[in-house]
Amino acid sequence: MKYLENRKYVIQGIFLMVGIVFAIRLFYIQVVDSSYKQAAETNAIKPIIQYPFRGLIYDRNGKLLVQNTPVYDLMVVPKDVKNLDTLRLAELVKLPLEDVRERLKKARSFSYVQPSPFYQKLSTQEFAYIQNNLIDFPGFYINARTARGYPHQSLGHALGYIAEISPRQLEDSTYNGYRPGDYIGKAGIELEYEKYLMGQRGVKYKMVNVRGVEKGSFREGAFDTLAVAGENLVSTIDLDLQAYGEYLMNGAKGSIVAIEPATGEVLAYVSAPFYDPNLFTGKDYGKNYMELLQDSNKTMFNRPIMADQNPPGSIFKLTQALIALEEGAINPNTTYACNKSLVNCHDHPSPLNLYGAVQHSCNPYFYQAYKALINQGKSPNTFTDTAIGLKEWREKVLSFGFGQQLGIDIPGEKKGIVASTDLYDRVYGKNRWKYSTIYSLSIGQGELGVTPLQMANFMAIIANRGHYFTPHIIRSVGEDGKPLKEYQEKHYAAVSPQHFEPIIAGMSEVVRAGTGRRANLDKVGIEVCGKTGTAQNPQGPDHAVFVAFAPRDNPKIAIAVYVEHGKWGGQSAAPIAGLMIEQYLTDTVTIKQQEKWVLSREYLNIKSK
Amino acid sequence: MEKVLGQTLSSTTRSRRSSGFLAPHLDWVTVLLYFLLVALGWMNIYAAVYSPDNVINIFSMDINSGKQLAWIGASLLLIIVLMVVDYKVYEHLAYPIYGFIILLLLVTLVVAKPIAGSRSWLDLGGGIRLQPAELAKFATALAASKFLGSINLRQQNFKDQMILAAITFVPPVIIILQNETGSALVFAAFILAYFREGMSPLILIIGGSAAAIFILTLLVPKLYLIAGITILMALATWMDYRLLRRFKVMIALWGVVVAMIFSVDFFVNDVLQPHQQNRIKALINPEADPLGYGWNVTQSKIAIGSGGFWGKGFLEGTQTKFDFVPEQSTDFIFCTIGEEHGWIGSTVLIALFMVLLVRIVSIAERQKSVFARTYGYCVASIIFFHFLVNVGMTIGLAPVVGIPLPFFSYGGSSLWSFTILLFILLAIDANRAKDLAR
Repeated sequence: MKYLENRKYVIQGIFLMVGIVFAIRLFYIQVVDSSYKQAAETNAIKPIIQYPFRGLIYDRNGKLLVQNTPVYDLMVVPKDVKNLDTLRLAELVKLPLEDVRERLKKARSFSYVQPSPFYQKLSTQEFAYIQNNLIDFPGFYINARTARGYPHQSLGHALGYIAEISPRQLEDSTYNGYRPGDYIGKAGIELEYEKYLMGQRGVKYKMVNVRGVEKGSFREGAFDTLAVAGENLVSTIDLDLQAYGEYLMNGAKGSIVAIEPATGEVLAYVSAPFYDPNLFTGKDYGKNYMELLQDSNKTMFNRPIMADQNPPGSIFKLTQALIALEEGAINPNTTYACNKSLVNCHDHPSPLNLYGAVQHSCNPYFYQAYKALINQGKSPNTFTDTAIGLKEWREKVLSFGFGQQLGIDIPGEKKGIVASTDLYDRVYGKNRWKYSTIYSLSIGQGELGVTPLQMANFMAIIANRGHYFTPHIIRSVGEDGKPLKEYQEKHYAAVSPQHFEPIIAGMSEVVRAGTGRRANLDKVGIEVCGKTGTAQNPQGPDHAVFVAFAPRDNPKIAIAVYVEHGKWGGQSAAPIAGLMIEQYLTDTVTIKQQEKWVLSREYLNIKSK
Repeated sequence: MEKVLGQTLSSTTRSRRSSGFLAPHLDWVTVLLYFLLVALGWMNIYAAVYSPDNVINIFSMDINSGKQLAWIGASLLLIIVLMVVDYKVYEHLAYPIYGFIILLLLVTLVVAKPIAGSRSWLDLGGGIRLQPAELAKFATALAASKFLGSINLRQQNFKDQMILAAITFVPPVIIILQNETGSALVFAAFILAYFREGMSPLILIIGGSAAAIFILTLLVPKLYLIAGITILMALATWMDYRLLRRFKVMIALWGVVVAMIFSVDFFVNDVLQPHQQNRIKALINPEADPLGYGWNVTQSKIAIGSGGFWGKGFLEGTQTKFDFVPEQSTDFIFCTIGEEHGWIGSTVLIALFMVLLVRIVSIAERQKSVFARTYGYCVASIIFFHFLVNVGMTIGLAPVVGIPLPFFSYGGSSLWSFTILLFILLAIDANRAKDLAR
């Protein structure tokens, strides 16, 4: 009997053993193994990204350039999709059935449990209609976010656009912190200032039940972070001037760049043909983008900073004259005859001093002046002498911002071309070329390529009598409105200030009585200094160039106008410059006959000589 | 509410003490443990149904905690009745009660409408339903104890053994027919009580080994298992000369074990019903289908595991509160404790059950009659089996079997059944002095 009583120990032992095994097992899954905690979090705690407002962009007068407008995306979580009536869904979103299937497949292949966009950028009307019927489609929901909106149709090329981050960017560690479906600046200011504009995302931790229904915030929002809106930008653009420039260039191809010389602020930035930036905000973004990208006028080509293959033409004579003066190769009173055997010219009084040569754009004058500049007799060998001269000349040309990126805050800027000894050595062989090989540089033709931005900046240098500030399109970031530091630095051209006056005097004559008369604003008391140019174009009619600044004293605007196939600067580009200057300085346009002429586009039909 | 409970209790106690009846010998430790478990269970039921965006009062009859409180109140009445009734009734009426319950089980099998595939609920009208399978436990315990008190198990009387086996296994057979396999399995727990009364330890060892081999076969590759068992048996035979003398027996035993291992697949795939197969599969590898058959086990482990050392705090659990864990106020109530009260809370609860079980065993041991002692062991064994399987399944150590955690899980039938089970023992125990005097 006693031994049976001892069995109570066996039984109690079994009880206690099970209790201990359970306690150990619990210790393992509750304390040692942390994977259950993570699983619980992904189970029940759903981080909801709070998208910040992207920064707004204002023009220099406080007019809104870029704003945010609400758009709605139809999202899908494939895991939650149940009893889907594909046909009804197709009717609801007004898409073909195959398209709906394709989109579902894409969503599933992205993630089974994560939401992905099914149909993006619904309009407010579509949103209301779909929302009303969404109850029958478990797994689908509407995500409201903001898209960019523009209360005008201007400045597309400079503003750029935002779009969904690409898979390649997502893999790039530079874009850490971005998630699929995020919008990111893809071009223009939106790209350049992405880090300011994007703001900071916030996260709200919501608790969800087993069906994914939100059940309030996690720990009363102790871990939530608020979204911080992106910084607003103040642009240097004058929206009225910009719109007027686009009005003038409508139907033409080319560029207008206007800069405030005292600051380097870009006042107008026209790339024609231009596009309405609103085209890139709706759900037809992809289609519109491809159409613009493929059109024969190269609309997406950002001409002011990317068209660097065209020679500057006669406007480059100013550069040559400035450098020749600085080098002492000529002085303002140096006179050359208009010897058409050297290089072709048109009819004008001859011989001319520097003022007259600038006014009449005399080709032989600059042929001879440039020869004096390049062949200074530093070497007895004419080949070596030319190479030495070209090398020294090139350094001075570069100091004007040619042949390099100026550093404007719009991505994609091209460098342009400035002839170099290396280039000629490569083409002709060392010591196989001399002045007669390169003389076309003297009149701005040949191995030269200048962007319209560089032309405008060149005008700013002349207006400032020898220096410039890096052209920029954003004046300040954020609320304090302090100008950006990187644009406060003065860059000097390698030509002394006193050499500018003779050139400016000549430029004034160009507009008063020379080739640039169509830019004349004497009537409203504005002395415009300018220079016409024609860039030879082997593919078709020549391109027309006109550069100018005004007023002559204390200049407020420097401008470059480039009209593709505009033939002569004086005919097509000069009136546009004059109109822009008047518009900017007086806010009105009195030279209506010039405006009429520009809009008539008749100059595009004039037969070249 | 606990205060109210306490007052009710002490007032009834006082009245009984003043009449000089029962109270002095009542085992207050067990009573205290009982109320502690019931109160904790009630709070955790509230936590399980609690929803932060729609907070309902714990007493509201719209939710399980309110209803459970009604069941608890009814249990108090039940306790008073059980205490007031002459303790001898239980022994005298053991067979009639048993017979009545068998009848009830059969009636249920015939008239019950299937609920979730189970035909075990008897509709009493007025929205009250009764699960006779729950009551069968104490009835069988009474009948088996009475029968053991009248025979001598050690005398190896085959007829007696068969009668005992019949008493033990008729109810579970009917219950299996009702499709309540979980409740039927509980009757295996009686083996522990019989073991104390002289049943050969071989049955316990064989039963335990069979269960162990079954589970191991599911978890370990067959070849390793056979190799391991072969080596173990060879070692045992070689070390112990008595086994060496029974070499042929050992060989035969080895053959039986190997045959069993190979028959497990057949058993799982061809004998068990699909939902039972899934429960087995979920035990082996819940991750294989975490959204299907592995859901309960996976979610239950996640809920418990996320509790950490200290737990998330009362009503702060996210997994149980947001319905990730199914059956959270009934069979998976342990998840709520694990998640909200962490390892500390879980361990305290396990300790409470251990203290209760050990206490019941010592109560059983101090009984003078075989009937009372056997009954005590039956109570302990049934509570233990429920605890073992219920907690085991929530932490992935046992297959999912739908049986409640005693005193804790939501549900009137279950609470009443355990209350009756326990307080019959306490009533008998309180009168043990009279028994002695007799």
